[in-house]
Amino acid sequence: MSGWRLPSGGAIDRARPLGFTFDGRQFEGFAGDTLASALLASGTRILGRSFKYHRPRGLWGMGGEEPNAIIDVTDAGVTTPNLRATLVPLRAGLEARSVNASPTAERDCWAVLDLLHRFLPAGFYYKTFMAPDWMRWEPSIRRMAGLGRLDPGNRPPADAVPMNARADLLVIGAGPAGLAAARAAARNGRAVWLVEEAPAIGGALRWRGGAIEGADWEAFAADTAQTVEAAGGRVMTDTTLWGAFDHGLYAAWERRAGRGDRHWRIRAGEVVLAAGALERPLWFANNDLPGVMSAEAGLHYLSLYGVAAGRRVLVACANDAPYAVAGALAEAGAQVTLADARADTPEAPEGVRLLRGARISRARGTREVGAADVDGAHLDVDTILCSGGWTPTVHLFCQAGGKLDLDARRDALVPRPGTAPMQVAGAANGAFGLQAALDEGHRAGGGTGPAPRAAAAADWAVMPMRPDPASGGRQWIDLQNDVTFKDVKLAAQEGFRSVEHLKRYTTLGMATDQGRTANFAGLAALAAVTGRSVEETGTTTYRPPFAPVPFPVIAGPRRGELFNPPRRLPLEPAHRDLGARWRDYGGWLRPATYGEGDEAALAQAEALEARQAAGLYDASSLGKIEVIGPGAAALVDFCNYVRMSTLEPGRARYGFMLSESGVVHDDGVVLRLAEDRFLVSASSSHTASVRLMLEEARQDRFDPRQVFVHDVTAHWTTLTVTGPGARELILGAGIAEEVAALRFMRVAETAWRGVPLRAARVSFTGDLSYELSVPARHGGMLMQALDGARAAVGACWIGLEALMILRAEKGFVLVGKDTDGVTMPQDLGWTGPREKRTDEYLGRRALFTPEARRADRRQLVGLEAEGEALPVGAHAVPLEGQRRSLGFVTSSHMSPVLGRPIALALVEAGNDRLGQEVGIFHLGETRRARIVPACSYDPEGTRRDG
Amino acid sequence: MQIFTCPFCGPREETEFHFGAEAGKARPEPAPEISDAAWADYLYMNEAPRGRAREIWVHLTCGEFFVMERDTVTREVLTVAALPGREA
Repeated sequence: MSGWRLPSGGAIDRARPLGFTFDGRQFEGFAGDTLASALLASGTRILGRSFKYHRPRGLWGMGGEEPNAIIDVTDAGVTTPNLRATLVPLRAGLEARSVNASPTAERDCWAVLDLLHRFLPAGFYYKTFMAPDWMRWEPSIRRMAGLGRLDPGNRPPADAVPMNARADLLVIGAGPAGLAAARAAARNGRAVWLVEEAPAIGGALRWRGGAIEGADWEAFAADTAQTVEAAGGRVMTDTTLWGAFDHGLYAAWERRAGRGDRHWRIRAGEVVLAAGALERPLWFANNDLPGVMSAEAGLHYLSLYGVAAGRRVLVACANDAPYAVAGALAEAGAQVTLADARADTPEAPEGVRLLRGARISRARGTREVGAADVDGAHLDVDTILCSGGWTPTVHLFCQAGGKLDLDARRDALVPRPGTAPMQVAGAANGAFGLQAALDEGHRAGGGTGPAPRAAAAADWAVMPMRPDPASGGRQWIDLQNDVTFKDVKLAAQEGFRSVEHLKRYTTLGMATDQGRTANFAGLAALAAVTGRSVEETGTTTYRPPFAPVPFPVIAGPRRGELFNPPRRLPLEPAHRDLGARWRDYGGWLRPATYGEGDEAALAQAEALEARQAAGLYDASSLGKIEVIGPGAAALVDFCNYVRMSTLEPGRARYGFMLSESGVVHDDGVVLRLAEDRFLVSASSSHTASVRLMLEEARQDRFDPRQVFVHDVTAHWTTLTVTGPGARELILGAGIAEEVAALRFMRVAETAWRGVPLRAARVSFTGDLSYELSVPARHGGMLMQALDGARAAVGACWIGLEALMILRAEKGFVLVGKDTDGVTMPQDLGWTGPREKRTDEYLGRRALFTPEARRADRRQLVGLEAEGEALPVGAHAVPLEGQRRSLGFVTSSHMSPVLGRPIALALVEAGNDRLGQEVGIFHLGETRRARIVPACSYDPEGTRRDG
Repeated sequence: MQIFTCPFCGPREETEFHFGAEAGKARPEPAPEISDAAWADYLYMNEAPRGRAREIWVHLTCGEFFVMERDTVTREVLTVAALPGREA
């Protein structure tokens, strides 16, 4: 219990207290607080438990870099897991809960794991769970893994539509460098987007203060914001720029308390990265205890929220930055000792005891800081503020392809100019200090003339600090993923000397904070252990996201049906009135069955009725692509496995579209409507790709002025009538005799009730069928007429489930279900064109490769079995000898008309095995099945003409 | 997210485009005269240059195939043009 609130000061409103809970306990903060500042003020130290050892962890930082204070937050009924307490604005009634702790962070029953740390070294899981029965451990490991808890009942609102924006100049970070850049560019009339992660612009000026252009910095910031907006730009706070992508695309997450967070895609002409720098920790024994904090964060909470981190404070550092921190805390009434590792230091701030050339070696305490060892002396302190130097925030620069160089004077990896399409300014560029930041920002923004002047001292002097291989105790390098210096040493000993291997072996830098406070120390430690320089060691790859972004923010409203909207039938309302049950078939929402009851039973009844009387179904989703022009026949010939140019107008032929590798891409009927007009049908889900294959051949191989390809799928409604009663039914609906009298594989373009009607005698069921198409807007009339004639014939509407049974009975394939990525037409029994065609067609050469000639190719066959339908996907195996897969079941149904199960399968040399028995292996059991021809119903085709 | 320029429609986001092939690859034919190796070479072997590449892409929204020269390292689009004999 060490943090405390000052009676005055800070940007909070002490007149407006806000109640909230943390791990079930009541707390109070003030309007203007963050969750982190309110908890710090309450004296609560343990905010979470570490990932691996469940050690108590407290607040470290002040922004998105926070590795420890990860909290599940429930606000207004919506729970968001894994938020950084530092970024959560306090609201009345907010419920916060620690993660990775059970029941609470204060009393975590898994804390015992820390006692076992000797047995949980780096690579523990790789080493331990390799035995054959490792799976036994998996459930318990999974239970312990992860951080926050998702509430499956909670669907976060997704009312914020993702936004797109363009900017002449995108400035990332609104600290002094970002402000100077934005101001300079806006003054030149450019549209600038200034994006800041914190709730207000100003960066470190907000807590460090300072004078710019002879006035308080706030005047400068306000003037900048005004200039930006006047020039058509925008200033965004509470917005995290999380990814840099190709061609100047940047992704941003805007937090809008109470209004739903919003996602932005910003396309920027130019970019200035002014993301500042993050303070590094120091490395001493137990440097993870609650009460060890970033020194800069100490000043941040003091200035902005009037919260002092402790009463007896040790500030440990080796650079100039924390002197202001120590001075401010002493002035606020804390007892402050400053331990600077340098012998040559600035003057001690007033009221501060300065130890020169002093290093901290250990923090003492079990649950929080109770004392510190500095050069062997015991210091009675309750808080340790550290500054191990500064790490420029270069993530976005590196995401965009940038390379880094080591700047030895500042001990930092800084951007190498010209290696990424952006400019870097200020602390992100290693320019630590107010005037340097203003200078760089001004130049990066295209400013001419002198940069804004600051009344401030020069750059901060920095002495490099490194983890000390000789010192004892557990020194944490990655707080969030529980990686210690010893783990790095062990990894190097075991041969993981590449920084990318180190990362994966120890998980260093792989936590949700992406190792922002850990990576430099990790690679410096690896460099020290392996005797290489930091530059030789290199860095791991930086990838988006820069910070964890909730999925609902990125998704926005694009989920459920809106994620990938299904295509819908124009007649959907009419089918709905008939009691259709809907399902997605290849991206189309189509009726599965009609009416109430068990779906399988309904499908059986529908299929049987279609065979006995007639069935009607909506085939509008079937692709219809017109190929028009004097060059149409040649194009269709080239693109089809079966020659179509020999078709007479008014006739239809079944064929296949192959890829150049000879694999069946799609099947379907081609209708020749006129000498120069073909209608190519495609499977519902293949229409787009078939059209593209036709287009490619058209533009690449033929004269595109001689032939056109036009997808007319949406223009037509197609209803199919099938079954012995089909002819009677369409006559009952008032369709012309000439249509009813059409012969098999003929097509007629005629009229019905004054609207164009195209009728085709093609069949997907083996029974007498009429495919009737009218312009989509007249579909309702056709449906009504057919439905009216239904009762007289005893016909019913059939859904896709019944249609699947009917076509499987006939051995008709569905490409992609009964074929796979290697199936060629000869495997389906279509050998003719391969043997006879002498002209070129798509995929021709590939049908004659050694692979295509193999005798043991998987071929389409049927399977006969007793009892229930065979499981789809089950493998065919030999009944004797070594068990191996001969192929697999692709479609399987109970056939109502045959009264037994039927199935289609792809089986190795299947045609040679006709009549043989095979095993069908599924979930440890083997059933027997006989290999038969694919067509199991009416093989003579006697039902084709009714 | 890259921006490609369709010679017919102008600059559009890359999700509207599909890669077609490397430019200048002629389909070997007639089939009976083509060796297995030559056919496999045509189907599967690509230059995949590091740096400047000349490729055929298709703008799915308008259906037009075109030639694009781009740098595979910097992702810069250098030139776009309609197929030979076609006008944008």
